[in-house]
Amino acid sequence: MESVEDFRLRARAWIKANLGPVQPWDLDQDCENDEEELVAVARDRRLQRTLFDGGFAGICFPKDYGGLGLTPAHQRAFNEELVGHEFPSRFTVPTFSPCVAVLLEFGTPDQKAKHIPAILKGEEVWVQMLSEPGGGSDVAGATTSAVRDGNEWILNGSKVWTSRAWWADWGLCLARTNWDVPKHQGLTVFLLKLHQPGVEIHRIERLTGESEACQEFMTDVRVPDSLRMGEIDAGWTIGQRWMYHERIGHNSPYVTRPIGLTGKASDLTSPVAIAKRAGRLDDPAAQELIGEARALSIVSHALLRRLAEGAASGQGNVDTSAIGRLFSGLARVRQNTIAFELAGADAAAWTEEEEEETGSQGMDFLMRQVSCIGGGTTEIARNVIAERVLGMPREPSGDKGVPFRDVPRGPKRG
Amino acid sequence: MWHSLSSDQEMLRDMTARFLGDRVPLARLRKDLRHDPAGFEPDYWAAGAELGWTSLLVGEEDGGGSVSGRGAVDLALIAFEFGRHAAPGPLVDCNVVASALTGQAGETQRHVLGELLAGSAIGASCLGAAPWQGAGEASVAIRRDGEDVLIDGSMRPVESAGQAAWLLVTGFSDGRMTQVLVPANASGVSIKALKSMDVTRRFGSISFENVRAPASALVGEFGRAGEAVARQIQAAAVMLSAEAVGAMDAAFDMTVDWAFNRYTFGRALASYQALKHRFADMKSWLEASHAVSDAAAEAVADRTALAAETASAAKAYIGEQGPELAQECVQLHGGIGVTYEHDLHFFLRRVSLNRLLYGTPAEHRRMLAALQIEREKAA
Repeated sequence: MESVEDFRLRARAWIKANLGPVQPWDLDQDCENDEEELVAVARDRRLQRTLFDGGFAGICFPKDYGGLGLTPAHQRAFNEELVGHEFPSRFTVPTFSPCVAVLLEFGTPDQKAKHIPAILKGEEVWVQMLSEPGGGSDVAGATTSAVRDGNEWILNGSKVWTSRAWWADWGLCLARTNWDVPKHQGLTVFLLKLHQPGVEIHRIERLTGESEACQEFMTDVRVPDSLRMGEIDAGWTIGQRWMYHERIGHNSPYVTRPIGLTGKASDLTSPVAIAKRAGRLDDPAAQELIGEARALSIVSHALLRRLAEGAASGQGNVDTSAIGRLFSGLARVRQNTIAFELAGADAAAWTEEEEEETGSQGMDFLMRQVSCIGGGTTEIARNVIAERVLGMPREPSGDKGVPFRDVPRGPKRG
Repeated sequence: MWHSLSSDQEMLRDMTARFLGDRVPLARLRKDLRHDPAGFEPDYWAAGAELGWTSLLVGEEDGGGSVSGRGAVDLALIAFEFGRHAAPGPLVDCNVVASALTGQAGETQRHVLGELLAGSAIGASCLGAAPWQGAGEASVAIRRDGEDVLIDGSMRPVESAGQAAWLLVTGFSDGRMTQVLVPANASGVSIKALKSMDVTRRFGSISFENVRAPASALVGEFGRAGEAVARQIQAAAVMLSAEAVGAMDAAFDMTVDWAFNRYTFGRALASYQALKHRFADMKSWLEASHAVSDAAAEAVADRTALAAETASAAKAYIGEQGPELAQECVQLHGGIGVTYEHDLHFFLRRVSLNRLLYGTPAEHRRMLAALQIEREKAA
């Protein structure tokens, strides 16, 4: 196998020759409107294809499915070399982690052969169809039903918070196939083509006015049994690994994205830039906030590396990923608050021209808690850490050992 | 602390851990050594020096050396055990002074370094000027007077000031830094013992009144010690952080045990979600502290481009979160957590005091900001 250092040098030369400078929308994936978003999507698909043609896509994926068969250390080296360069940001989360990671672990050979190379070539973007309108953090309480009909399944129900489903291609869908057993024992996972008869996709407008998140309504959607993943009713075996891959998210060895702390990319919304616009660079209180934000980035980076090394060395278990999830969520909340604090009154209102720089601190602050909600809430992460890392007693639940049909799903009505 | 160590590193760490467990168990620190003027017995420090406590930042050509080739990493292992045991002894200062003296040609410097390596003398670092201070804020001034230099000012708190035979004095010389090595009994030096937050460590106040030292006592060049001081502060940040992580680790383990064994209303504390979530938060702070402490030790050992920032990030983050974690541990223990009888206070003292030495979190954050502002100006 090629050494990590040789690979790094080869990657460095290739990235320099083939990838342009990073674009603002690579980092926050925030487009002004749908037309721009579709342009960015097409560009990301091309970039993913460029990676594939250059021999740098799927670094940790088996060669059989179009990958390179290398190690997480190779992926990390590539990601470090990628800093400052454009990359297919819409192929990071959820396509590569958790979706492709799950597909790789649990897909049938046919499913893998059909989809993994297509994803590596930029032809398919995936979403996770996990949360439901009535479910929140209780993902195993899914009520989207799948009923067998000959060699097909008929799906009915609704999924929500599927980012970018309006233009994406495929989804991993968790559905209930048995209502007469306890909740974890009656689930099955399906591969679902998003744009097909019976799937209605609605956009959800968030408080900022942006609407990349979607809700799907499925009415008698027919899915061939060949698109079932894993055994019938054994979906939670997959679900647990799915949750794990979701928690590690951008830190997954399957995700290609720049990682590093060089701090080279100065942008309009860095704490220094915000403080400068506010005329506060000489204010010791502002300096402390800038330093605190920087320290949190350095600590987060070190923590994610430690957790990844722990997992690789077998000393951490899969549940320690919840520590990274909790820390990152809270660190982003704090950094967001710092930006808002540094901006001062300018965050309140701005002109059209100031939208890019000043507009974001106010709106980002309103959306602050998203970093502690999306990808599994920090409350669930705290439960996982307390119960599965520290071994503390589990919370009592109303659905243990009860056929799912009989589990209360709302207040009892007289 | 690192997930994997070489067998040599494990041996280094385990020997110190065993030694500290034998010589300074908490029971001894609590009673016998509580009112000892030094906080430890004379042969304790010399025996520790034999285990490598003062040699890891010193070059092999000067009689030092590390086990892994990365002195700051090996030293962090020792510091971690100091924290876990709340051990006495001027580990940080002796290493700071030794690291300043390695590579110096002067006769006195070489002689003092030999004593520090042997553990036969203690060196204290009087940081009378620091990079987070403006010229007017420094507390020690060093100026030229013919062939000599003159030192004026004062510094507090200085660890083991009363036990130190040698003082590495850092002061401002017209806004630039100078370092001088002077004997603690030099004329014009007065040392006063202070009471402190800790029961295991001793601090003093040192004042310099027209203290005269020959040019040969300079460490580095007159007015050109800035870079060396910055590196000493990085090394101190690595040690203080690793020590604090050791203390956090001990306090956290103790409190998790307590949560499993303490029952209220017929249930273990560990079964309450309100408390479980606080333990989860603490666990994330602890892991983050381990991670950034290790990262700082590696960056400082390898002198990477991010060494200064990583060391300051560790000092700022752990300085903030260490005392927070220890106070949470006190809260979860309830009243017993603030008794002298209980072990917890040793670790609370360690992290709270470490927060204040070699730059507070606020001071390190301002240094981080300065580096960031400089970088964005250059971009």
